[in-house]
Amino acid sequence: MLTIKNLHASIGEKPILKGLDLSIKAGEVHAIMGPNGSGKSTLAQVLAGRENFHVDQGEASWLGQDLLAMPIEERARSGLFLAFQYPIEIPGVSNAYFLKAAVNAVRRHQGLSELDAMDFIKRVKSEMKAVGMREEFLYRSVNEGFSGGEKKRNEVLQMALLEPKLAILDETDSGLDIDALKAVADGVNRLRSPERALLVITHYQRLLDYIVPDFVHVLAGGRIVRSGGRELALELEERGYGWIESGDSAQAGAAA
Amino acid sequence: MSTATDKIDSYLGREYAPGFITEIESDTIPKGLSEDTIRLLSAKKNEPEFMLEWRLDAYRHWLTMPTPEWAKVDFPPVDFQDIIYYSAPKSKKDAPKSLDEVDPELLRTYEKLGVPLHERARLAGVAVDAVFDSVSVATTFRKQLAEVGVIFCSFSEAVKDHPDLVRKYLGSVVPPGDNFYAALNSAVFSDGSFVFIPKGVRCPMELSTYFRINAQDTGQFERTLIIAEEGASVSYLEGCTAPMRDENQLHAAVVELVALDDAKIKYSTVQNWYPGDKDGKGGIYNFVTKRGECRGARSRISWTQVETGSAITWKYPSVVLRGDDSVGEFYSVAVTNNYQQADTGSKMTHMGRNTRSTIISKGISAGRSSNVFRGLVRVTPKAEGARNYTQCDSLLIGKKCAAHTFPTIEAQNPSAQIEHEATTSRIGEDQLFYAMQRGLSAEDAVSMIVNGFCKEVFKELPMEFAVEAQNLLGVSLEGSIG
Repeated sequence: MLTIKNLHASIGEKPILKGLDLSIKAGEVHAIMGPNGSGKSTLAQVLAGRENFHVDQGEASWLGQDLLAMPIEERARSGLFLAFQYPIEIPGVSNAYFLKAAVNAVRRHQGLSELDAMDFIKRVKSEMKAVGMREEFLYRSVNEGFSGGEKKRNEVLQMALLEPKLAILDETDSGLDIDALKAVADGVNRLRSPERALLVITHYQRLLDYIVPDFVHVLAGGRIVRSGGRELALELEERGYGWIESGDSAQAGAAA
Repeated sequence: MSTATDKIDSYLGREYAPGFITEIESDTIPKGLSEDTIRLLSAKKNEPEFMLEWRLDAYRHWLTMPTPEWAKVDFPPVDFQDIIYYSAPKSKKDAPKSLDEVDPELLRTYEKLGVPLHERARLAGVAVDAVFDSVSVATTFRKQLAEVGVIFCSFSEAVKDHPDLVRKYLGSVVPPGDNFYAALNSAVFSDGSFVFIPKGVRCPMELSTYFRINAQDTGQFERTLIIAEEGASVSYLEGCTAPMRDENQLHAAVVELVALDDAKIKYSTVQNWYPGDKDGKGGIYNFVTKRGECRGARSRISWTQVETGSAITWKYPSVVLRGDDSVGEFYSVAVTNNYQQADTGSKMTHMGRNTRSTIISKGISAGRSSNVFRGLVRVTPKAEGARNYTQCDSLLIGKKCAAHTFPTIEAQNPSAQIEHEATTSRIGEDQLFYAMQRGLSAEDAVSMIVNGFCKEVFKELPMEFAVEAQNLLGVSLEGSIG
């Protein structure tokens, strides 16, 4: 589904990703862990097409296409979804309007007919129930005045509605209390399917108790320095990132 | 990699759609301004003597006035001798009595502009007065309106057919010597719309005037007067366009509104004068005085404006709250792009007791444009219990534009409650990225964000025009990011 080879990316003059390799197949759940500043969020942003970052070299093949050559909205429409670490507020634009515009943009791309207001509302209401959002959030401005937990639920709601092929969750657990974390994780787990892959980016292993990954990668210094199964996350939890960073980097780049 | 910037730049293709020129024979007087010009103009319009005297008084006063320079706009001095003060499409008769007599070329022009001059047209609930250069060429639905006592006609006709009303109210809100451009307008105004809603009548349809400047080197000086008697109400809308020309053209209008006891006037403007090209060449100078007076108790005047056009916009729709418990409102969206300059805002003068006013202004600047909000809230000593709320938000698109806010508050009564809020924000690249990551195109994302920003104002517009305003906004901001 997604194959990243030797990806180098920088912001301004500062290199952040320095030769990252990663391969994700349909149905897999990958977790990327790493210390602050290791490039986790940069990876998410580069994959989604954020312009602030410059790709210096490397390639990324997405569903047989050159991901890095695709415009932002084309990536989104083809099924790449990013759940933002800090969801953005758009004053004056109702959540309902925003969600409907997004759903229909994706549907048009897939050659499906656009949902009309009635069908859309029916659909969105049932999904909201599932992520535990009250209906009033449909009529409030996008993320404006939402609490941290409400914003993250709103991200999961969007993900559920857009039915992506690959969902990247960028520190979705940050700033959440345990109840909100569970709710969000439940929402994500419902979307797990053999056709859909997840890339879960997190600093703490806590989230991985709820969204259990198939593969865990440790990102440090802009490269994947270690890969393993679920147990790698637990080991990290116990020994800290210092263990990896000071350790040998023989496995660097040995992505799943 | 395609970016939001590229996307929007490539979208620049669409042009100023109303920018075409109508080929029509005109009756035009020579350039220049003098007492003779005014006499000629007045004679052409067969005006009664009082009108000519009124004009000449205004002209003599105007000669003594200096050109105002306080606005934050920059343009070379206007040569008032280089302007044509009267240009009218030639017609077989003096004034067409019905639509059938209107030159088909003119009807086609309005059709092309999407203005319904056929009474069974799409916007059947709207009566239109069409002003072409210096004259009104058609007014629709007059018969239906007359049945309920509403007078809706061109200003020239009002001067002839309703001289008493004109004499009583003309200049009663904006006196001829009010300011430089109002004085000029009073001297040379050529046409405009006249609306009179008698006591207790709710005007059964939206009234609207569509101003079109066509002839080259011509200034448009129109005069609008709307009177709502006790308990009457009316909703009125004006629209404006002009061809694309390299020379600047002057538009100096005066609008006066009078609301008696319990009357309501809602005045909406969608201003789309030619703004000049992307290098700032050409465009309309829009120097307009708009003022309403809540003369009666519990009366209400509401201005809603969407300003997307003109090279320079200079106008401050105002309300004088003379009647007790009267209400004044101003809702504005002003968009500037490329080299446009807008200095706009509102004045609320509280004189009666328990008067209330609201000012909501949304300024959007893009390109190298400058967008100024100027507000004055004045509470006179006798205005017990006056309240004002002002909110003034600026949205910047790109890094070369400017937004300024100059609010002034003069409260001479200690019971006054005045609130002012102002914000300035930039269309976030993060907002764009967020929306595009959900599959929206860059242009849809910008339009969505801007419309969200303007929502409080758009909801004040009549339905049909809210949609038009949103579309207009989309066109005005094309190519604005980068």
